[in-house]
Amino acid sequence: MEFSRLTIHELQKKLRAGELTSVEITESVYRRIASVEEKVHSYITLMEETAIGQAREADRLIREESACELTGIPIALKDILCTEGVRTTCGSRILENFMPPYDATVVRKLKDAGAVFVGKTNMDEFAMGSSTETSWFGITKNPWNLERIPGGSSGGSAAAVAADECIASLGTDTGGSIRQPAALCGVVGMKPTYGRVSRFGMVAFASSLDQIGPITKDVEDCAIMMNVISGHDTGDSTSVPTEVPDYRGFISRDIEGWTIGIPEEYFVDGIDPEIEAAADETIKTLEGLGARCTRISLPHTEYCVAVYYIIAPSEAGSNLARYDGVRYGFRATDGENLLDMYKKTRSAGFGAEVKRRIMLGTYSLSSGYYDAYYKKASQVRALIKDDFDNAFKKCDVILTPTTPTPAFRIGEKVDDPLQMYLSDIFTLSTNLAGIPGISVPCGYTKSGLPVGVQFMANHFEEGKLLQIASAYEKNSTIERRRPDL
Amino acid sequence: MEYEPVIGLEVHAQLLTRTKIFCGCSTRFGEEPNSNTCPVCIGMPGVLPVLNKKVVEYAMKMALATHCRINGTSTWARKNYFYPDLPKGYQITQFAHPLAETGYVDIESRFIGKKRIGITRIHMEEDAGKSIHDESSPSSYVDLNRAGVPLIEIVSEPDMRNTDEAVHYLRRLHEILVYLEICDGNMEEGSFRCDANISLRPKGEKEFGIRAELKNMNSFRNVQHALEYEIQRQRAILEGGGSVVQETRLWDVPQGVTHSMRGKEEAHDYRYFPEPDLVPVVISDAWKEEIKNTLPELPMEKRERFVEQYGIPSYDAGVLTAGRDLADYYEETVSLCGKPKPASNWVMGDFLAYLNEEKLEVTESPVTPRTLAELIDMIEAGTISGKIAKEVFEDMWKSGENPGEIVKEKGLVQITDTAELERIVEEVLEANQEQLEQYRSGREKLFGFFVGQTMKATRGKANPKIVNELLKKRLSPL
Repeated sequence: MEFSRLTIHELQKKLRAGELTSVEITESVYRRIASVEEKVHSYITLMEETAIGQAREADRLIREESACELTGIPIALKDILCTEGVRTTCGSRILENFMPPYDATVVRKLKDAGAVFVGKTNMDEFAMGSSTETSWFGITKNPWNLERIPGGSSGGSAAAVAADECIASLGTDTGGSIRQPAALCGVVGMKPTYGRVSRFGMVAFASSLDQIGPITKDVEDCAIMMNVISGHDTGDSTSVPTEVPDYRGFISRDIEGWTIGIPEEYFVDGIDPEIEAAADETIKTLEGLGARCTRISLPHTEYCVAVYYIIAPSEAGSNLARYDGVRYGFRATDGENLLDMYKKTRSAGFGAEVKRRIMLGTYSLSSGYYDAYYKKASQVRALIKDDFDNAFKKCDVILTPTTPTPAFRIGEKVDDPLQMYLSDIFTLSTNLAGIPGISVPCGYTKSGLPVGVQFMANHFEEGKLLQIASAYEKNSTIERRRPDL
Repeated sequence: MEYEPVIGLEVHAQLLTRTKIFCGCSTRFGEEPNSNTCPVCIGMPGVLPVLNKKVVEYAMKMALATHCRINGTSTWARKNYFYPDLPKGYQITQFAHPLAETGYVDIESRFIGKKRIGITRIHMEEDAGKSIHDESSPSSYVDLNRAGVPLIEIVSEPDMRNTDEAVHYLRRLHEILVYLEICDGNMEEGSFRCDANISLRPKGEKEFGIRAELKNMNSFRNVQHALEYEIQRQRAILEGGGSVVQETRLWDVPQGVTHSMRGKEEAHDYRYFPEPDLVPVVISDAWKEEIKNTLPELPMEKRERFVEQYGIPSYDAGVLTAGRDLADYYEETVSLCGKPKPASNWVMGDFLAYLNEEKLEVTESPVTPRTLAELIDMIEAGTISGKIAKEVFEDMWKSGENPGEIVKEKGLVQITDTAELERIVEEVLEANQEQLEQYRSGREKLFGFFVGQTMKATRGKANPKIVNELLKKRLSPL
């Protein structure tokens, strides 16, 4: 029995019962990494030495019966999260050797909860992408089919969980970057409400959309992770002091009498029939649990992609201005003067997709264009949010497919940005509205690729998402598979 | 043709908060380069700004003192541009919704009389670091100690019509900031900086001319000279039939001229947009009221009150209210001795002279309002003469003792005993027969000589009034 296959809650029981040690779990994880990492490439940096140390410390705490929520559990961190003394690259050459002198708030919270850090996972450069193909550190493969992408940008974090290269991981989600790879890798991924989890120490992509969240093997693990990372942080002015409920308490409750909204705009041409079928099957299962499904409308859905690709690049262009070669990170050494140094550093330090978005954003904010692009997009964003406010008057949660297609082939869309951008079409809206969303496995295609279903709820209603997701997980009849690596 | 200058000023004032605007680093000036820094103010990846509440309070004070409307909600924006001393590649500032708008400052001088200068807006922002260019080295250096030090920018309406008004307005703003104790006002160290927009138009014309923006004027004198130079430069262009170019110009102190820095075409596109990392600043009426209650009396009001309450000339009131500590010192002295004009004379005279000589602050003076009031009491009571009082003051300054003790110790009590003084006068006249003859033969100027000799004989202790009377009586034609 490889312990790396188990969930957090299964391991917690065994650790506390003294059936196994954190060192054994951690070694099991690294054994798994040794055997599959070459094929999958989930990680940019492995932290084996410190991990074993943390595991020993965890075992001591468990013996002393002072274990916390995650004591001894091997967790992977997306390489966008700053880790004190451990290089944090954000998938970019420009931060190839960046060593943060601080931990992200979520990293500190995980440390305080006793987690063992396995390593830093691969990602699209600066989280800009939906396939983990834009990383400076190589492509991550989908554990279910090594010729396919794992999704992105948190592709490494999702693949690592799916391939049992860690027990759970953290990703970040700006337009679907947790939920889309979770769906494509057959694992659970949640984007919390904007402001639920502190962004401090997450290398910023689009500050008004970014949110950190868990990627786990099941819904209960998602709740456990949410309990640890949620809450107000004085270091992040946009984090909200709303009380954090015990998310684990939402697991295994029934959903009798719930109303589930099915937005008609999300079931349109272009959606893969197998995905649509899986969503329909999910709806039937939920109805069997006493929920009522109702058609709803989110009328501004068609503008989501356009709005997102103005707002996110605008903020990104500004957020990425600090990578100028002056204080840290990569610097081109052959600059003849200041301007030349800037140009050469940023030309060589950033990849094509990042440059594309910086240009998009710079253009949208330029004088003479601001009103037509950024300002207009902000106004439409408010309408998109109104759509959800209205929808949640009629339903408890909204159900949609997480992605329009299953995992696509490596290289298939990397040179077609528009097609790539459309792979996030069902996930962008929650970021624009600031609401939470979760993706849960809901079956497989005939060719054996996982499919995910997405639930969305109103602000700070992560509990509802966990409740319905776990009810579905426990009652669905889909068979449990593991990727064959 | 006669041209009229139109001037508007933008003032940046560094706020005297202990820590920076968005992190906990110290704001202290003159520290080891890059020692007052942290991941937030050097713009490391993933860090976030957290607003220092004191900055809002200080900015509110200035807004209230300049009669601005404080907005209930104001927002932050990013001003994007690349420069090595700007760590994030953007400055966090306020743009679309500033903290405060539409205020004014009244100025007054002998030449221009009274005038009201409008204030367009006051907003908060962070300062950038400093680039240090070493001529002898191919490298440039960056010191980020200043990055993130809080600033307020105070933008005036284009209401000033000559350099005098501009300098008066600037002095008034400076005085208010220092009075509020929110800015140290040090222009050389850059805690009070001024940029000017200046254009010329034919007198009587309503439309503004094309303006130039002037930078790098780090003293009141520089502002005056740069504006004067720029008025001449623009007038010469207009009189020559040319037109002024819209551009940014730098004041070159040693040359005494302005140089073009960048034209309109090279002007930055700052791509302002709302700062997503910060929530709006919401100011309740209660908070506004709370800050209002902490405002000290402002220099203008104090000046008017001094004239009215103490009956001193407005010149005196102006000198005495130049600083809050000085005004407090004066008021305490008056409250103790009850003699406003003598107190004013002493504070403006010997007190300020000694203070300046030793470069001390008012609060560091060895002579306290209590001892000064005592001294004034002794003069008014005739215990010592004004002349002796100056000596006593010097002793008080050196020893910190009170005047009563000094006078007693040194036997400086004024001689008011008429009989004794009469005897001394006789002795003086006796000893100066020659002068007496001359006086009697018409050299009446020698009266002062006899007074002086009498005072000398008493080592200054004689009551000069009595000496005068005695001499008049004694020397009058028999």
